[in-house]
Amino acid sequence: MMIQLEDVTKRFPGGQEALSGLTLSVDKGEMLFVTGHSGAGKSTLLRLIALIERPTSGQVIVDGQNTRRVKRRKIPAYRRQIGMVFQDHKLLYDRPVSDNVALPLVIAGVGHREASRRVRAALDQVGLLHKEKQNPETLSAGEQQRVGIARAIVTRPKLLIADEPTGNLDPDLSLEVMRIFRRFNEVGVTLLIASHDISLIDRMGCARIELDAGKLVEHDTEEDDLWQ
Amino acid sequence: MAVTRHSDAVAPVRSSGPISIWFMRHVSTSIGSLGRLFRQPFASLMIVLVIAVTLAIPAALNLVVKNAQAVSSGWDNALDFSIYLKRDVTESEAAGLARLIQQRADVESVRLITSSEALADFKQQSGFGEALDQLSENPLPHTLVVRPSPANTSQSMILLQEELANLPESDLVQVDTEWVQRFHAILDIVRQAIVIGATLLGIAIVVIIGNTIRLDIQNRREEIEVTKLIGASNAFVRRPFLWSGFWYGLFGGGLALGLVQYGLFLLEQPAARLAGLYQSGITVLALSLQESLAIIGIGVLLGLVGSWFAAARHMRRIEPR
Repeated sequence: MMIQLEDVTKRFPGGQEALSGLTLSVDKGEMLFVTGHSGAGKSTLLRLIALIERPTSGQVIVDGQNTRRVKRRKIPAYRRQIGMVFQDHKLLYDRPVSDNVALPLVIAGVGHREASRRVRAALDQVGLLHKEKQNPETLSAGEQQRVGIARAIVTRPKLLIADEPTGNLDPDLSLEVMRIFRRFNEVGVTLLIASHDISLIDRMGCARIELDAGKLVEHDTEEDDLWQ
Repeated sequence: MAVTRHSDAVAPVRSSGPISIWFMRHVSTSIGSLGRLFRQPFASLMIVLVIAVTLAIPAALNLVVKNAQAVSSGWDNALDFSIYLKRDVTESEAAGLARLIQQRADVESVRLITSSEALADFKQQSGFGEALDQLSENPLPHTLVVRPSPANTSQSMILLQEELANLPESDLVQVDTEWVQRFHAILDIVRQAIVIGATLLGIAIVVIIGNTIRLDIQNRREEIEVTKLIGASNAFVRRPFLWSGFWYGLFGGGLALGLVQYGLFLLEQPAARLAGLYQSGITVLALSLQESLAIIGIGVLLGLVGSWFAAARHMRRIEPR
């Protein structure tokens, strides 16, 4: 089991419940989509896994680690095990693409030669090796998102979480991004992707769960997609 | 498009030895911070200049006191007694008395200035030469200049002074120690004032650097958030700001040293002329190597303290949203 949530509730100071009593699990090597309207709790789920938030009650267990037991000081080391992709890319525009992708390796203290080798490999995997010297600002939205993905996978995490990674992209670019995710899944990376783009998810033929008001609505299995 | 093999994809991040990583990280971060300083040369120069002037002022004042003490300690050891002999003492009697005093253990040397020598000197130095020629007789007495041996304590000096004053031939014994003591007391006060002032200026430097780093942190808030989001520790995001503080302090200290040295250079000629006037071997004491290093070291220390305060205070608050 890569991710396990047991009766997780997240209540915000205003009293509003983003997740209420959510229980779910994601197997190792699975590629799972989380759908639902905005405000359904998709982002909160991912934020709990990334330890940006802590649950009000319940357990979040990621790769055998109970996040409740991860002390504040240990959060950075915990986050380094997870690749994260964001809707707004969160790239740094004061440095070239290659430096953006290298950042997790610099944080992890990987030597320069090894780091540049891995950066090139990661950029190659998202098809942007020829743009490594450019500033991310000069790239299209789809390319920027691929840089974000390269940064997320450059440390070769076992788990990749993505929050609306295609939110700003047109259908063709979205499909391209999803295909990249699919390739990582094929080499064993577990993916949890929040998205409201149901038609795209159906085209990918992946498992998905739907959240509504912080609760699980349906749980499709991969078998359901066989008819496609 | 290449796809990594499974075994490759899950391989943990390999890294070299912890010490070399630590070292290389610091080298690259320090160079990065240095580059950031140079990308805003005018703003950086202003801050460096403020630090330099703030450090140079107490350093220069300290040097002034040090020189004053060096000069006056020279006077301390060379406090000569002048024995003005009674008018009826003849030159040969005076010479005899000089030899007698010379034999005392607490006296190093005795020099006789005869009344005619004294008058000649006075004529030459005062500029009243022709007016003095009008005098029918020499009004000046013979004088013995007694240099006490350096082994004397201040108490034995007083004893010596009393004994010399009690000599039947002696009219007046003059030793002007009081103003030297007053001068030393003043120097002590000045020195303490400099310490207090330097402390206040040091606090000012910490505040200036702290404020600069705080603005820098605010400008790079987004960068800090993103790096924290992908697993950077507080120490990691703090490091470049500490290095900025280090560089500000280093350059500020270096420039302060340069300013003080330039000031010394400007004062060299006038000081030599002054020394010539006093017919003494006074030379301006420059900064010793330790003092030079101390100026730079204090600059670096204050830079680090200022940036540490700013980083510790503002870094923790920036958490990914």
